[in-house]
Amino acid sequence: MGEIEGKNKEEVSEKPVGESENAHPVEGDAAVSCECDEKDKPGAKGFGILFFIVGLAVSLVFGWIVFPKLLYSKKHQPIDFNHALHVETVDESCESCHFFREDGSFSGIPTLAQCVDCHEEVQGEDPNEAIFVEEYVAKEKEVDWLVYSRQPDCVFFPHVAHVKKAGIDCAECHGHIGESTHSKVYEQNRISGYSRDIWGKNIGGFKKNTWDRMKMDDCAECHKKETDKQSSVQTKRDACFVCHK
Amino acid sequence: MKIDRRSFLSLSIGATAGVTLSPLPWKLTDDLSIWTQNWPWTPVPPDGATTYENSSCALCPGGCGITVRKVGDRAIKIEGTDGHPVNDGGICMLGLSGLQLLYGPTRVKTPLKRVGKRGEGKWKKISWDQAIAEVASTLGDLRSDGKPWAAGCVSGSDKGITPNLFKRFLTAYGSPNFMAMPSMADSYSLAMRMMQGQETMPGFDFENADFILSFGSGILDGWGSPARMFKANSQWVKTGGKVVQIEPRLSNTAAKAYKWLPVKPGTETALALGIAHVIIKSNLYNRDFISGSTAGFNAFKKRVIEQYSPAKVAEITGIDDPSKIERVAKEFAKAKRPIAICGKGQGDVTGGLYDFMAVHALNALVGNINKSGGVLAFETDSYINWPEPGKDSVAASGLRKRRIDGAGTGKYPHARGLLNRLAGQIVKDEKYPLEVLFVSGANPLYSMPDTNSLKKAFDKVSTIVSFSSYMDETAMYADIILPNHMYLERYDDAPIPPGMGKPVVGLVKPVVKPQFDTMHSGDALIRLANEMGGSMKAAFPWEDYERCIKETFGEHWETLENEGFWVDSNVSSGGGKFATDSGKFEFYAENINALPIYKQAKIENSHSYPLALVSYDSIRLAHNYIGDPPFAMKTVESTVLKGNDLFVEVNPTTAKTYGLSNGARATLSTPVGSARVRVNFSEGIMPNVIAMPKGLGHTAFDMYLAGKGVNFNELIVPIEDPASGFDAAWGIMAKLAKA
Repeated sequence: MGEIEGKNKEEVSEKPVGESENAHPVEGDAAVSCECDEKDKPGAKGFGILFFIVGLAVSLVFGWIVFPKLLYSKKHQPIDFNHALHVETVDESCESCHFFREDGSFSGIPTLAQCVDCHEEVQGEDPNEAIFVEEYVAKEKEVDWLVYSRQPDCVFFPHVAHVKKAGIDCAECHGHIGESTHSKVYEQNRISGYSRDIWGKNIGGFKKNTWDRMKMDDCAECHKKETDKQSSVQTKRDACFVCHK
Repeated sequence: MKIDRRSFLSLSIGATAGVTLSPLPWKLTDDLSIWTQNWPWTPVPPDGATTYENSSCALCPGGCGITVRKVGDRAIKIEGTDGHPVNDGGICMLGLSGLQLLYGPTRVKTPLKRVGKRGEGKWKKISWDQAIAEVASTLGDLRSDGKPWAAGCVSGSDKGITPNLFKRFLTAYGSPNFMAMPSMADSYSLAMRMMQGQETMPGFDFENADFILSFGSGILDGWGSPARMFKANSQWVKTGGKVVQIEPRLSNTAAKAYKWLPVKPGTETALALGIAHVIIKSNLYNRDFISGSTAGFNAFKKRVIEQYSPAKVAEITGIDDPSKIERVAKEFAKAKRPIAICGKGQGDVTGGLYDFMAVHALNALVGNINKSGGVLAFETDSYINWPEPGKDSVAASGLRKRRIDGAGTGKYPHARGLLNRLAGQIVKDEKYPLEVLFVSGANPLYSMPDTNSLKKAFDKVSTIVSFSSYMDETAMYADIILPNHMYLERYDDAPIPPGMGKPVVGLVKPVVKPQFDTMHSGDALIRLANEMGGSMKAAFPWEDYERCIKETFGEHWETLENEGFWVDSNVSSGGGKFATDSGKFEFYAENINALPIYKQAKIENSHSYPLALVSYDSIRLAHNYIGDPPFAMKTVESTVLKGNDLFVEVNPTTAKTYGLSNGARATLSTPVGSARVRVNFSEGIMPNVIAMPKGLGHTAFDMYLAGKGVNFNELIVPIEDPASGFDAAWGIMAKLAKA
């Protein structure tokens, strides 16, 4: 390296700066040697394309298929929860367990105290039910539910404004979770720690339904359409602080 | 086919293109940005149903009502209680930061016994049973030796149920040595006893007053109940009420006042007497009140007319124009409801008796006593009516011994406690050793003047028992720690706040479960007394502290539990009648045969120490028992503290005399110590005076507080007020040199 650098210096110092042919002497040398290679071995260009394609293919496979598998760890809910069964049994569908408190805040995932209202004793024969009653109800221990829809803490999200004021249906964001009979696997992002459901199952970020992903762009899409506040003069849309802390 | 450099180049170009066409880089960028905006180690309050608990703040004597927002058993935020008679929704930043004291790293989590050298910080965890047994056995030994008087207690306050339990414990044990941390209430109470015959901290109806003559009281710097004073000040702004602030430094109070009169430190009393001179000479005093309700006026009149003319007072105080004194005096006397107050800064230094009498005499001159918008007097601790504890022969003989601090006897018959004399007495009087010292709700090794001497005195005490909730300087120096619950975990009373215009008693309630293996000091005392048995046990008939506080409040308990406070409607403010022998307000204090007088402090060695060092109190810096929490430390300006460097305020003209530029490093020396400081130019400090904040220079507490700045108390010495024995020091002489 020292030698090449020395050579560069010499050449640069010999010729006035700005003369294009000598401005990049090393590159010039390389180009010369390449030309010689090509003359000697026809078909080398084809190999180059092959290597390019191999590189492209491998990295595409890695980026689209392997990477998402590495990025997320798979976790199971402490108890397999049957939403469909519960919705069938309770009187007020979703709101029986996921309700608004008097002060307008949203209860989110029910606490043990709510579950105990019905599950003081084992009902039915599902082994999950027995585990729940023995391990949690009897020991008065809260279940550490994994929340698929938990948004990063840098944003405020009031359910009341979206559900009560804007009249958005639960499924619009949460999908038809109420019809599920088993808890799906919770895929946790190893870097950010949040659920895969925020970015969406599709690693490319493509969505078919409104509930397929819930990133900022998805919030913004609706906010742009539905709100006429335009609190930001610059963007003519809702200002950052409408959601961001 | 030959694999050469070019193949690798193609491969990597292909790979780069492939990666770029895959979601990988964009997804990683997104995840990293989410991660960096939500550091996983940043605490986030739990989510869940919100509940509110009402209690009272116990971080200062202010007695504000607080409402704590909780999710589950986790406290999330402290707010001021709306509609509370003290603070009506207001709260100071210390009160707001209380949760950092609850959940912060400075708590003492379990009883501890020292295993290393004193102050070395080596401890052994012990059980409560063992802790109680050990302290009881030490106390028992001292008693069997017939020396119960060799036990003592330093308490953060002498008001309220817990301090009174400590006092009771010592009485039943046989020691007269209960000492409370000094405060303006000591001097005010004594001045009130001399002049009105009632030994109590006066109340001031600021809400209905229209002119406040403040002799250095930090109305907006934490005096009295800070939130209440802020509200009162806002009201004066709206209604045209005026504040005249008298002090050498442009404090926040002075900056917001109608008038700021800078006077040389320690000459406030001369100014008070000068103002009295003008009021009397101009016949502006309240003739009805003076002739009908006062005694000794003529002697007082004679003295102020002869000795305190505005010209002379201007010379003493450094006020450039005597007419300024006349104007202020006339404005004060002509106001409808004027009040004169004193108690410097936040009111936790005592000051001389005459200083308080001189200021209070002004209230009498305008006749604004026992009236709406004036000075009122309430009986504190009126709800504590326990029967006297029975004393066995050991206790009776112990109690006959004079107090170690000399209060109540000899030179100082009127003082109830003189903690400022303790260090000197322990060292001087070898026949009166202190063997066991309880420290409760106080951090004397940080907040008493001349802390180094006190530390040397503590070296002579065989056993120091700390009841602190926090690992403060004094707890660090203790032999055994019996940690109290902190105020959000316990029951306590919040006695009438100093200067409060109504007799409001608050209730401190547990808002969360105790976080650690701590015990209410009241319970610890009850257990200790039970362990010791006999008359000690009989003196503490309560099953636990909760029973004690409930029984003590009796019929008022329900009000306290439901409302959070109780306003004692039985307390009358006396009208024109006073509890003195003459039944009148006495300008001339019979007890001490004296009139208020200004005596210039003797300054020796003024050649070597040409400057005056004074402290100032900031609402951003807690400086007593409580160490400033991180939230509050964050608000300390960079002109006060930068990194670990403390800045002292110096007038540019003074600084230039010593060749110091703004921000320069300097050595500040006083006869008892020296410190490295930096200079902050301020036009708001009188020339030749250096001002230093209190509350910094801790060696204990957490990384946000320890090692930052300098402790003012290490640079000063107490000066005994000849009339009362209280510490009358307003500062100390000092010098400043380039470092």
